[in-house]
Amino acid sequence: MNTPATDVDSTLDATARARDLVGVSRLTNSALTGWLHGLPGVDQVGCEARAAGLGTRSIKTTSKAWAIDLAISMIDLTTLEGADTRGRVRGLAAKALLPDPSDLSTPRPAAVCVYGDMVTTAKEVLGDSGVKVAAVATAFPSGRASMAVKLADTQDAVRAGADEIDMVIDRGAFLSGDYLTVFHQIAEVKKACVRADGSAARLKVIMETGELVTYDNVRRASWLSMLAGGDFIKTSTGKIQPAATLPVTLIMLEAVRDWRDLTGTMVGVKPAGGIKTSKDAIKFLVTVHEIAGEDWLDNHWFRFGASSLLNDLLLQRQRMTTGAYSGANYIADDSPSTAY
Amino acid sequence: MPTFEYAPAPESRAVVDLQSSYGLFINGEFVDGGGTSFKSISPATEEVLAEVSEATDADIDKAVAAARSAYTRVWSRMSGADRGKYLYRIARILQERAREFAVLETLDNGKPIKESRDVDVPIAAAHFFYHAGWADKLEYASLGTNPRPHGVVGQIIPWNFPLLMLAWKIAPALATGNTVVLKPAETTPLTALLFAEVCQQAELPPGVVNIVTGSGPTGQAIVDHPGIDKIAFTGSTGVGKMIARSIAGTRKKATLELGGKAANIVFDDAPIDQAVEGIVNGIFFNQGHVCCAGSRLLVQESIADEFDRRLKRRLGTLRVGDPLDKNTDVGAINSRAQLDRIVALTDVGEGEGAVRWDSGCALPTKGFWFRPTIFTGVSQTHRIAQEEIFGPVLSVLTFRTPQEAVAKANNTPYGLSAGIWTEKGSRILWMADQLKAGVVWANTFNQFDPTSPFGGYKESGYGREGGRHGLEAYVKTGA
Amino acid sequence: MARVDVKKTYKLYIGGKFPRSESGRSYEVYAAPSTTRRPRTEPPRFLANAAQGSRKDARDAVTAARAAQPGWAGATAYNRGQVLYRVAEVMESRRPQLVQEVRDAEGLSPAAAEAVVSQAIDRWVWYAGWSDKYVQILGGLNPVAGPYFNISASEPTGVVAVLAPQGSSLLGLVSVLAPIIVSGNAAVVVTSADRPLPAITLAECLATSDVPGGVVNIISGKASEIAPWLASHRDVNAIDLCGAADADGVDWAALEEASADNLKRVLRPAGEGAGAVEPDWSQTPDLSRLTAFLETKTVWHPKGR
Repeated sequence: MNTPATDVDSTLDATARARDLVGVSRLTNSALTGWLHGLPGVDQVGCEARAAGLGTRSIKTTSKAWAIDLAISMIDLTTLEGADTRGRVRGLAAKALLPDPSDLSTPRPAAVCVYGDMVTTAKEVLGDSGVKVAAVATAFPSGRASMAVKLADTQDAVRAGADEIDMVIDRGAFLSGDYLTVFHQIAEVKKACVRADGSAARLKVIMETGELVTYDNVRRASWLSMLAGGDFIKTSTGKIQPAATLPVTLIMLEAVRDWRDLTGTMVGVKPAGGIKTSKDAIKFLVTVHEIAGEDWLDNHWFRFGASSLLNDLLLQRQRMTTGAYSGANYIADDSPSTAY
Repeated sequence: MPTFEYAPAPESRAVVDLQSSYGLFINGEFVDGGGTSFKSISPATEEVLAEVSEATDADIDKAVAAARSAYTRVWSRMSGADRGKYLYRIARILQERAREFAVLETLDNGKPIKESRDVDVPIAAAHFFYHAGWADKLEYASLGTNPRPHGVVGQIIPWNFPLLMLAWKIAPALATGNTVVLKPAETTPLTALLFAEVCQQAELPPGVVNIVTGSGPTGQAIVDHPGIDKIAFTGSTGVGKMIARSIAGTRKKATLELGGKAANIVFDDAPIDQAVEGIVNGIFFNQGHVCCAGSRLLVQESIADEFDRRLKRRLGTLRVGDPLDKNTDVGAINSRAQLDRIVALTDVGEGEGAVRWDSGCALPTKGFWFRPTIFTGVSQTHRIAQEEIFGPVLSVLTFRTPQEAVAKANNTPYGLSAGIWTEKGSRILWMADQLKAGVVWANTFNQFDPTSPFGGYKESGYGREGGRHGLEAYVKTGA
Repeated sequence: MARVDVKKTYKLYIGGKFPRSESGRSYEVYAAPSTTRRPRTEPPRFLANAAQGSRKDARDAVTAARAAQPGWAGATAYNRGQVLYRVAEVMESRRPQLVQEVRDAEGLSPAAAEAVVSQAIDRWVWYAGWSDKYVQILGGLNPVAGPYFNISASEPTGVVAVLAPQGSSLLGLVSVLAPIIVSGNAAVVVTSADRPLPAITLAECLATSDVPGGVVNIISGKASEIAPWLASHRDVNAIDLCGAADADGVDWAALEEASADNLKRVLRPAGEGAGAVEPDWSQTPDLSRLTAFLETKTVWHPKGR
């Protein structure tokens, strides 16, 4: 499955690689349109039925314990509020380092996800713990800014030490059929992720699937994002409803699966927004498992963009460890929610 | 990296209170049958579940007499509204006892619990709900003038959807004012007998529903009984023809829902991932024990290799095993006899030169099992493309043009169902017009609903079940 | 001197052509005794020689019907309605001939024969009007519990064999034939054995009415000889046993039993028990003869964005 079906020279830049994959001598919007519109359609009802079917898998006992730990390890613990302060970000980062002080075997989330100006603060706490710092950039969440601003936003976060950049695509350009603009923006941001030492922050491309509306659009946006060099495709900013639904994630998992069949390259998937319960998270893991395959069951290739999900996973974890249902007072949290 | 193994998630059997033996349900009571009792086993474990009575000709006499008496004295005199209320009661009790029915169906039939739980039992309840509402509205059903019941209806149902087929039969019969003598299949009698308890709980007047167990001769006795006014049968085309011959020259009516060899046709512009799901659902749902199963995949040659790869990858994720496990996708073959038939026909397929593939998944050591299997390189002239295998076996053929797809799809004595997968709307409608099949699923497959008529063309039988059309079989009209 | 008449040769109607029987046989057809005048002792009046159809003629007729059926079913309902109406028009233009033939065949008074022909013509008009309506009445959208478009519509069964009534040579024939073809079926008709001539004249009307060749095939002869071959014919989808009533040597139970071999749809003859009676054709029909030769097709499609 890892054998590339198409011979692609990975040293080429995004445009050259895209020309190769699309099979054109010049990457025009009409070439991209023809390619993206040539992808198989998605039947909404069938897709949702498939997702619902996966959602009925019953994950119990040892599998559930394993899945809960895996889910915790996949979380991008996120705060993206105008009211974010250094204190709140420090608290969140501390939680990432020690999610459950009552059980030191609890795995750590994959990353802390913040606005660009909070990268330094998060990095101070996380250091070289292995927990990554992800920064949203490119005029998140709307993306309505000039390219210069978007690139500066990205470079700023990368210079501040961000390990990962979560960019937004120009949904307006996408919906008006200007795929080439979306392509170039992703490719440019990808270049901006390169650090002085030649290494690069991993780029997550937020498609804001709630604004794309149709699954056909989600599929096309996924392929466009991968073609332009995205390391991850991500559903949502968390600011728009619906956000990370299971069927949308299923479409994206099909896309990365088929992309690997075509190119031999793996791309990550990140559903973000709206995944709040352990039960939900496990449905996503089942979907990863049965659609993309086990290779994606790793936090290098699959993430949950979430905030309250972690606490529910910890509750379930305590329940499985102690045998008793737990409560909010047993979940240490720097900004406790009254929801528990 | 550890793999994502799904730990066993068995549904509890505790909800089912099985008796060691069951009698016949005649005139509202369980009575011993005169024949040799037989055992109903779990096909997944070969464990004996219960002993069941065999009804003799004399027992059929009693059942028909009870049904006639109930028809004459009670049911034909009752208002449609009141008949409807009994059906509503039955629907509600089926919902209340849904878990129990699902577990028992899975035990007796071998089908996955997720299917009995999510398909068989809820749709059975829905059939009673739907028909309950018709009972006092038959004059509005455009059936003709003065719609009225035939009288006593003999119903013989198969083992693939025991409770659901019972509901398809009993609900319209009762709604239209007929009374019933029903025989479940000999390998799957238990949910029908549990349904008899539901009739008791619903206080259905004695004799309106009678359930007699047995095998072929018991069914023949029902068909031949002079007190039966109408036969409704679901099962093989061979038996359907026998029934048609048996009632020739009489005034007995018949509805026959028989076999199929449906083509599921995938064009190169299909929504490919949903098409893969639809093909898998079309043939591996209920272990392929489905008369309308999409047992012939006709795939456009231009995507045949790609589709084959995707299909096999998907089959690799099908979970075959304990039917009571909530994560099981494919359960046990219903009986030793059916397993033998599947094995024999697949051996023929290999012998005829088709290429056989299965996922190689592990199978339980006890019980009757068959891996989901795909044959590629199949031609219309192969027996596996012509004969109903009634198992988890898909024959893959290719086509080049829509005309060729239609010609191949229709090139069979059967005509129950067909599937079309394409994003092109006008082609769907053209194909749907051309296909000789009673049910055409476009960009979906194996969907069932009480409002939707079901039944076949040609040797797949005659009459429709479900919807307004299904009522026609249970009434006579005119002066 | 009186002019010497040109006598008509009555032949079969198969595939839009008028062949003699492949068997080369014909049989003598006589006028029925008058139903209105006292019986006379003189011998029955010879009318004509009719072709005596054989099993091979029936076979050829089935082939012709099978070939014609898809095109006929594929015609628009509006078009089929116009063609049926055209049959009525052409029959009207041949009214004197039809009246005379019905008089001769059935022994009716002139007035009674006029009435029967009028009813036969009107019956075509009645069924012509149904062509683009019964599908609406019988089918439609089914409100399934899910995101699916689900619709049921009637389609013709295919090739239908018909034993035409033995008694009512024209009205009865039209009453069984029109509901079969209005929906797009093709028919293979075995005429009344003793009263075949109006059927052949009807064939001439059909041939000049834009009814495509092969949609209706008419074989004169004995049902007892031909019907078993039609009942067992695997390329016949349905059979109307109406004409078994009063047909010499025809056992409709045996025909129904033979029909089971390919699960033909069987329209039994009217009557109770094992008996068979010919219906009263003067009654206004209902849709039952039409619906007997329909299949219901139900199509599902998801509704999504």
